[in-house]
Amino acid sequence: MATSITARGSDPGSATPDRPHPVPPKDERRQAWRSRLYRWDTKGSPYAFVSPFFLVFAAFGLFPLLYTGWLSLHQVSLYNVDQAKWVGLKNYTDLFTGPPSHFFWNALGNTFTLGILSTVPQLMIAIGLAHLLNYKLRASSFFRTALLAPYATSVAAATLVFALIFSPESGMANWFLGLFGVDPVAWEAGEWTSQLAISLIVTWRWTGYNALIFLAAMQAVPGDLYEAAALDGASRWKQFLHVTVPALRPTILFTVVVSTIGATQLFGEPFLFGGQSGHQGGTAHQYETLGVFMYDQGFRNSMLGRASAIAWTMFALLLLIGLVNALIARRLRKSQ
Amino acid sequence: MRTSRATRTTRSRRAVVLVTTVLSATALLATGCSSSGSSSDKAADPNEKITLTVGDFGTFGFKEAGLFDAYTALHPNITVKENTTTQEADYWTAVQTHLAAGSGLDDIQALEVGRIALATSDALSGSFQDLSKAPGIKKDDYLPWKWQQATTASGKTIGLGTDVGPMAVCYRQDLFQAAGLPSDPAAVSALWAGDWAKYVEVGKQFQAKAAKGTFFMDSATGLFNATVSSSTEQYYKNGKLNYKDSASVKTAWDLAMKADAAGSSQGLKEFDPTWQTAFTQSTFATTICPSWQQANIEKYSGPANAGKWNVAQAPAAGNWGGSFLSVPSSGKHVAAAQDLVAWLSAPEQQAKVFQKVGNIPSNQNAYALPGVTDFKNPYIGPNAPTGQIFSTAAKAIKPAETGPKAGDLQTAFSNGILLVEQNGKSAGDAWNETVKQIDSTIQ
Repeated sequence: MATSITARGSDPGSATPDRPHPVPPKDERRQAWRSRLYRWDTKGSPYAFVSPFFLVFAAFGLFPLLYTGWLSLHQVSLYNVDQAKWVGLKNYTDLFTGPPSHFFWNALGNTFTLGILSTVPQLMIAIGLAHLLNYKLRASSFFRTALLAPYATSVAAATLVFALIFSPESGMANWFLGLFGVDPVAWEAGEWTSQLAISLIVTWRWTGYNALIFLAAMQAVPGDLYEAAALDGASRWKQFLHVTVPALRPTILFTVVVSTIGATQLFGEPFLFGGQSGHQGGTAHQYETLGVFMYDQGFRNSMLGRASAIAWTMFALLLLIGLVNALIARRLRKSQ
Repeated sequence: MRTSRATRTTRSRRAVVLVTTVLSATALLATGCSSSGSSSDKAADPNEKITLTVGDFGTFGFKEAGLFDAYTALHPNITVKENTTTQEADYWTAVQTHLAAGSGLDDIQALEVGRIALATSDALSGSFQDLSKAPGIKKDDYLPWKWQQATTASGKTIGLGTDVGPMAVCYRQDLFQAAGLPSDPAAVSALWAGDWAKYVEVGKQFQAKAAKGTFFMDSATGLFNATVSSSTEQYYKNGKLNYKDSASVKTAWDLAMKADAAGSSQGLKEFDPTWQTAFTQSTFATTICPSWQQANIEKYSGPANAGKWNVAQAPAAGNWGGSFLSVPSSGKHVAAAQDLVAWLSAPEQQAKVFQKVGNIPSNQNAYALPGVTDFKNPYIGPNAPTGQIFSTAAKAIKPAETGPKAGDLQTAFSNGILLVEQNGKSAGDAWNETVKQIDSTIQ
């Protein structure tokens, strides 16, 4: 389409050298002006139409990214951003080996364990739920809407409710365990218990969202595949394993990537779950993620340079995840 | 050919229309912005209808005592709106960000005492008005150390004290009786008079006879803060962080560890929802009670526990908390905001707040008002001499050196103690973790 328009637009231009008049009549001049306008229009308009996105991206995406990179090479306080002192890579070396390194590696580890703890069950439950919803059900649209309800709940509200459920003194979780004679668990204080509790919040919020994505993909799987499988005597479980899962492979990869990115940036849940010590991910930093660590360094300790270095490290980490994803995706495509 | 030319002209016309639309829209936007900008720059008109916003945290009591409405009654053109955040740490984070950005601040911003050293430092003091020069504000009205805290090295006063935090100990008389301890305020005060270590000893006595599931204190972090706060040497010495060698920090840490080892602390994280529900469930018998804490006790214990709380003198006088009101220079109504701050800090207004929510005035003239010294809290120990206990403590407070990171250090140590109480770490490990935490926040 674009090429044909350009070809037509350049038509009168190529004709000009043949013309004998040194000064074209007024009418023709207008004609030439119009055709030039037209050429600008056809060439320029698409750029004009897409430019708002790129302008906004440049202002709120690219500029902060570069500015953060610049800040990460300085010692700079939140209060006097104008007075930055050049320190080179010190913020990065501090992170990896200096005084805050203990907390950095801890946060990196927690981000990883919390990511696994929340992403894996979340996607497995989601695919199971989607499989069930894919059958003919009464009130199926009700169930589909209900699945999205947790996702529509605000992180703050959900986390505060879960914090109460996992309260050591009066929480529902301990009351429930008490029914089986289990001693009360200090959910928030323990390393694994607190991470379990937080990953439960994440799982609760995101399972429905992923289930709907899986469901959409499942409905694109041709029904005769299932019929054929059923004729061959495959049980529903076998159908799920040998028809649904292979057909869903690209979708599964997509949700894994999206959830991994979400897990890397996990912030709201641990921050709010910790109450007074949420800014450092618990009294013992037991569930401090990279996001929380960055916030604590930047906005509680007003060390913007170090916080920027953490931001860039997270950015590099996400690029790495993207790369791995691309490699796997290519493998998958080849194997098909 | 003809058709294509026809399309060409419509296309170019469309382009012209598009360009004109975009240009005129931009122009509209631009003029819209500039016209709204210019209207706000108008000179202040004394009768102009304005809204002043007051940013604060926790319970300041202005609204509760009806002061904003009273001010509007005096100045019909002014409406006051309060923006409250529950937790001071969250509030301060937002204020810091707004200060750094130079926008988004309220006309009046409250500052907690733990942050005042930072606010008066060179980095931040430029953002606030000098209130010592504002009309109607006199230095001699205020407790000298309180005034000094909000004054910069160059003599600029950026905040007026709203309240101070003289400490008492609030206790449950019913639980004390059940454990065979005296329950009258004077007798309870005598149990631990003079030394926080005695308070820990009383805790042991209590715990020996207490019902299962009840504890002497809510958290050893309160004891730690109280002990540090009643010393003149806290986290700073001669302008430098000195927490590792500070005698009061060491004593406070050891006392907290002792209380934990004796099992007399419930190990709650103060101000968290679990701490709040523990009030309702009556699981602990004492809490360190700076005057502002009275409002929390009443709020969280609820009507079911009315009359069960009482208040006794703290082993040693000290200050925990207390706030200031500041006027950021970036505000649109700086003069009006200064007037409101001066009015809110006058003795009569501070006395009203005290009677309503228990915040002890920072304006010395308020102590002479009968409503303050004779005050009895209808919820906490209706017969306890509450006003007398707090105003005596307020006058006995000795000034202590503070510094920009004082608030952060208090948080770090509270977390360090919780490492022992909640995470089961040894005292030595917890101390090392705390030092590591503090070191990592200093650049």
